[in-house]
Order: sequence, then structure tokens, then C-alpha cells
Amino acid sequence: MNAPITRELTYSQAIQEALAQAMDADPTVFLMGEDIGVYGGAFQVTGDLVHRYGEDRVMDTPIAELGAAGVAVGAALAGCKPVFEFQFSDFSALALEQIVNQAAKIRFMLGGKVSVPLVMRFPAGSGTGAAAQHSQSLEAWLAHVPGLKVVQPSTPYDIKGMLLAAIDDPDPVMVFEHKLLYKMKGDVPAEPYRVPIGKAIVRRAGSSISIVATSIMVHRALEAAEILAGEGIDAEVIDLRTLRPIDRETIIESVKKTGRLACVYEGVKTLGIGAEISAIVTESEAFDYLDAPILRLGGAEAPIPYNPVLEKAAVPQTDLIVTRVRELLSGRI
Amino acid sequence: MPIEVILPKVDMDMAAGTISRWLVKDGDRVKKGATIFEIETDKSTMEVEAPGDGTIGQISAKEGAVVPVGVAVAFIFGEGEDASAIRLPSAVPAKAAEAPRLLVASAEIAPISSGDSSKPRATPLARRIARSHGLDLTAIAGSGPRGRISANDVQLQLKAPAAKSVQANIDYDLVPIDGMRRTIAERLTLSKTTVPHFYLSAACDMEKLLKLRAEINAVENLLKLSVNDFIVKALALALRQIPEANASWSDEGIRRHRAVDVSVAVAVEGGLYTPVVRAAESKTLGQIGAEVKDLAARAKDRRLQPSDFAGGTTTLSNLGMYGIESFAAIINPPQATILAVGAATRRPVVVGEEIRIGTRMDCTLSCDHRVVDGALGAQLLSAFRDLIEAPLRLLV
Repeated sequence: MNAPITRELTYSQAIQEALAQAMDADPTVFLMGEDIGVYGGAFQVTGDLVHRYGEDRVMDTPIAELGAAGVAVGAALAGCKPVFEFQFSDFSALALEQIVNQAAKIRFMLGGKVSVPLVMRFPAGSGTGAAAQHSQSLEAWLAHVPGLKVVQPSTPYDIKGMLLAAIDDPDPVMVFEHKLLYKMKGDVPAEPYRVPIGKAIVRRAGSSISIVATSIMVHRALEAAEILAGEGIDAEVIDLRTLRPIDRETIIESVKKTGRLACVYEGVKTLGIGAEISAIVTESEAFDYLDAPILRLGGAEAPIPYNPVLEKAAVPQTDLIVTRVRELLSGRI
Repeated sequence: MPIEVILPKVDMDMAAGTISRWLVKDGDRVKKGATIFEIETDKSTMEVEAPGDGTIGQISAKEGAVVPVGVAVAFIFGEGEDASAIRLPSAVPAKAAEAPRLLVASAEIAPISSGDSSKPRATPLARRIARSHGLDLTAIAGSGPRGRISANDVQLQLKAPAAKSVQANIDYDLVPIDGMRRTIAERLTLSKTTVPHFYLSAACDMEKLLKLRAEINAVENLLKLSVNDFIVKALALALRQIPEANASWSDEGIRRHRAVDVSVAVAVEGGLYTPVVRAAESKTLGQIGAEVKDLAARAKDRRLQPSDFAGGTTTLSNLGMYGIESFAAIINPPQATILAVGAATRRPVVVGEEIRIGTRMDCTLSCDHRVVDGALGAQLLSAFRDLIEAPLRLLV
């Protein structure tokens, strides 16, 4: 047997490879989205796939998210495996009826006789100067809906493996991709592989505090952890990877070890994933191990501003993570 | 809804205040506007008024407690209201943050009590460790915000028996540092370590001034003037004559002040204040005398307002009443000068070729060399001496 081949790919190349391998393996897999064909996608993720797989499998849709999402749900019910791309995650607001009331519900309402093997991809997050209607992080909205699975892969390796796992999954899986990650490079095996949905991963082991982060915040948390390490603060960084179903065990075990918890995420702080992580800890046996208040660092309670300085200030940055964790560890919070 | 009584912010850079005295107790009826407690900040004592009518209750900060600005220290209940209508954490002295250090040194001084000592603030982990060792959390000083006990505090307490044996050997009393002492320590350390001081001394002939003062004070129905009042006026007029010295250093540039505001050092129990006689160069001796008297009286009662001691372009420190002949003072930053004045004493002086008995007062001017050079300082002190020695000029 040949040794497995691993190359350096960007996050968006890893997505494209996953999509191609899924289409190669299963003729029922096809792609839908606005400008994903000849144009190659708003973020050039689908690239030249239309030339390789044809317009029937790399399908441009009209600018009508609700109708297109309805087509995708219908195709999934009829035995296909559609992978639907939103141009910006913000536009998913138009398709919520199909996502929340149809895709998430049908399996339950029909007694498990059918399922909706739909994958939706959401280019999300701020930092691109695209202002309030193109920069949101709405993953917590969908993670609130039973019947949906919601993932936020943070590396090229994870996005390929989780996308393939999502396409395998019999239920609707919402894949949130931070736009700033598309150009990020990382080692990706050439062969298809799966990264399980619902499993968090410890990216950096530590003993002073558990930082549970999602998506791009994982990288900022890791940077912060390196800076804090120079001050004798040994942070453990957990990449949550999946919002629903959430990996309680990894979080609880980590907090039992460190006694402190910080949640770092880009979505608006209030009623965001940080609240859920905090609640999981305080409801669990990890409560008795807490030695400091729980810290939540999330997005500002405001639309994402266009002004680049304000845009940066509206979501947690590495400096903020360092400062706030330092304050917590020195007993000032 | 019960009305919260909070510790107000009375000074720009104030983060916390000490409750020096409660004038009411739980259950007292209060009217809006009535003084209910007094707080001591770094600089002054202020009265706090009731924010509404009702019955006072839930007083959570004892006298002497250091409370962060904005924290509720009591509630005012309306008809039929009781504590069940509120759900807020009780205020706990922030001073407890210093406790672990104090605990080791001297347990009886450590301010470990919280507002509601039956329910100490502690992290879940601290509670768990205390529980497993059978420790009483109320006996542990918390190092966290508002006295919160962390696991580390409990661990320190577990090791405490060893520390207590050290305590027996302590042969001093530890005096807690209050706001005023801390301010004095910080400002004067800053001054003596960052301001390049130099000192100029001169003796002033006091014969004419003392004679003039005796004449003025012999007039009935006039406020009696002190020697110090003349000195304030002379210092102000001298700075008016040498305006380059009425200045202070700043990173943007040297600020040359338009008015001469003389800070007057007033010793009080436990420290000192420097209330300001503003535009002293334009005031009469009588006005200065009345003003200094009022400021000094209010300083001794710790009743000065922050505006009474803010600013000042020079300071006068007079220790003549203690029989001190001469001394050098530390500049009160950001001012550039301070005049240290000793007692007017009878001493041998040379007049022509003879030795006679004269009355002299030694003065030492401390200057910030960044702003005032030697020759400029000398001109200032010399102008001051000329005014003291020709005191009629202080009257016109």
C-alpha cells in the first residue's frame, strides 16, 4: 500500500476537494448556489467544478434563497444529496422557512420514515470590510433548532473531513465557514476522510484556564495562549468544532482540570454559544471545580460596522483575549 | 421598589471610598436630602444624602469599610416593602483584597469581614476544598474582587498554623494606611524621585513687619492678622513680579499661570491638607486672613471640598509655630516652587560694624529646576524678602 499523501491546501481548496470527492463517490451529490458555476462562487470556493461536473451537478440558482432552498430540501427528500452554498451566511435569513420549518422538522413529523440529507454552507463572519449585512455570525440561530446539526470547522483539515461527514449524514447539516479562513493553509490528506460531527478537540493542552473557542477565534485563542504562556499562564484551548450536537464531555473534563473557563466566539455575546457553554459547565459536576467567574468574549451588541477600526473592535481580537484572561487569572474579575 | 443607596463618585479619579461614619441605622426613617453617611476619599470627607424618603435598611458596609464607587451600601424601603424586594449582592470591603498578606502578619488587623459574614463569597472550588477540610469560610480572607475567596486563599489558610507562630514575634503595631496617607506617600515619592529639586535660603528682617502687624492688630473690630497672612501675600506678590516662576512643568510645555494661587499647608490629625488661596496677589491681607482661617478650620474637620485643594501654583509651608528655625520642603507637584518658613527669632545681626539684636525669619525656597533655574529662583526669593522687609507694600 502507498503511504498516505498529504499536501498543503488552503481552506477553500480543501472544501473544493471534498466536494469533488463526494461527487466522484456518489452520483446523487450535487451543488447549488448563486454564481457557483461559471463564476466559481463569491469566494471562488467551487472554482472550476462546473467544467468538471457540468451544470446539472454544479447548479447556479436565481437570486431567490427561499425558493432555491426549497428545491434543495425537495431534492434531498427525493433521494439526492444537495450541497447548498449561500453567497453570504447573512442571506440565510431569506431561507429560514425551508431550513427551520421544513428541513429540520420533516424527519420528526413523518415518524422517521424520511430524512433530509441536506448540507448547507454559510460563508460567515466579519473582517472583510463587507459591513453589517454581509458580516454576521448567525450560527447560534440555527444551533437553537433541534433537527439541524451545526458545525464550524476552523482548519483546512477539519473542513474537508467535516464536509464529507456532513454529506454522509442523513440529516441536515449547516456548515459555517469563516470568510477570513478561506485563504488559511494547512496540511490536508489527499484521500477522503471524515472528521466526526459532535466532537470538540483540544488544540493546546494547559492547566490554568480552559478557553473554548469557535471558528477563527480558535486561532486567536491559540495566539493569546502563546503570549500568556510567557507570563506563566498555561491556557488550554478547545476548538468546539460543532455547536449542535455540542460536545459536553470535552468541555466539562477540561474545566474540571483547570478550574476556569473563557468562551471566545464571534457571534453577538448575548444569547450566543458562550452562554450555552457556561450553562453546561455550571449544570455539570465541573461547577464544583470552578475557581473564578466564567468569562465570555463575544461580538459587540451592534451590527458589524463598516469602518475598519470599529469592525475590528466589534469582535474579540487576540489582545482582548490576552488582557481579559490575564485579569481573570490575577483575580481582578 | 426599594431605593438603592450607592457610594457616589465625588471626585474624578475616585474608584472607592471609605465609609467613615453612618448617621442612621437600620430601621431609621429618612427624608430625601437628609445626610445619611459620610465618606472619606483620598482627599476629603463628603456627606451623602438620602436619595428618597422611607425607612433605611440592609446597611451592608460597616464604618471603615472601603467600598467601590457605585456599589449599593443600603436601601430605603417604602411603605410595606422589605428586603425580599431586592436581590443584590451585599457590598463587601474591597480592602479584603489585601488580606492574605495581613493575615500572615497580624490576624487581628486583617479586615476579613464581609457585609454579611454568614454568607462569604467564595468560588465553588474554594467551597469544595474548605468543605473537604472542615474549614469555616467565614474565617478566611478572600483575595478576589469584593473579598471573594478562591481555592488559593483556602490553601493559604490550610497552611496558616505555621504562619501564626511567626506572629508571636512581631513587636510592632501595624497601622492601616488610609486614603490621605497613601496620597501623601504617592505624591511626595513622585515629587522627590522625579522632580529635580534645588534649594535657596535667605533670612528676612522681620522688625518692620512685626511692628506693622502689631499696629494693625491693635485696631478694634478688625480681623487679627497672623504673620502667615503677610507671608502668603508677599509670596503671591513676589510671583506676580517674577511671573516666569509662577509656572509648572508638563510634557506639552511649561505652563505659565496667569493667577497666583497659593496652597497653604495645614497639618491635621493623621496628615495634612493644602487648601488654596486663589489669586492671592489681588486679595487684601484681611481677605487672605479670613480665607486661610476658614480653610484651616474646615481642613481640621476634614470638611474641605475637592475644589478647595485642587490646583495651586505654589505652596507655603510654615513650621514657625513649632519653633523650627529652618527647613527644606518637598515640592507639591505639579507646582514648581514651595517656600518653607521657619520661626521669626531674635538673634545677633551685623549692622554696619556693630553686632546688634535683630529679628530674623529663615526661608528656604525649593525649586523645580526644569522650570525655575538658580538665578530665577534667587530673583523670586529676593523679591519676597524685599516685600517682607518693606511690608507697607503689602497693604497697597
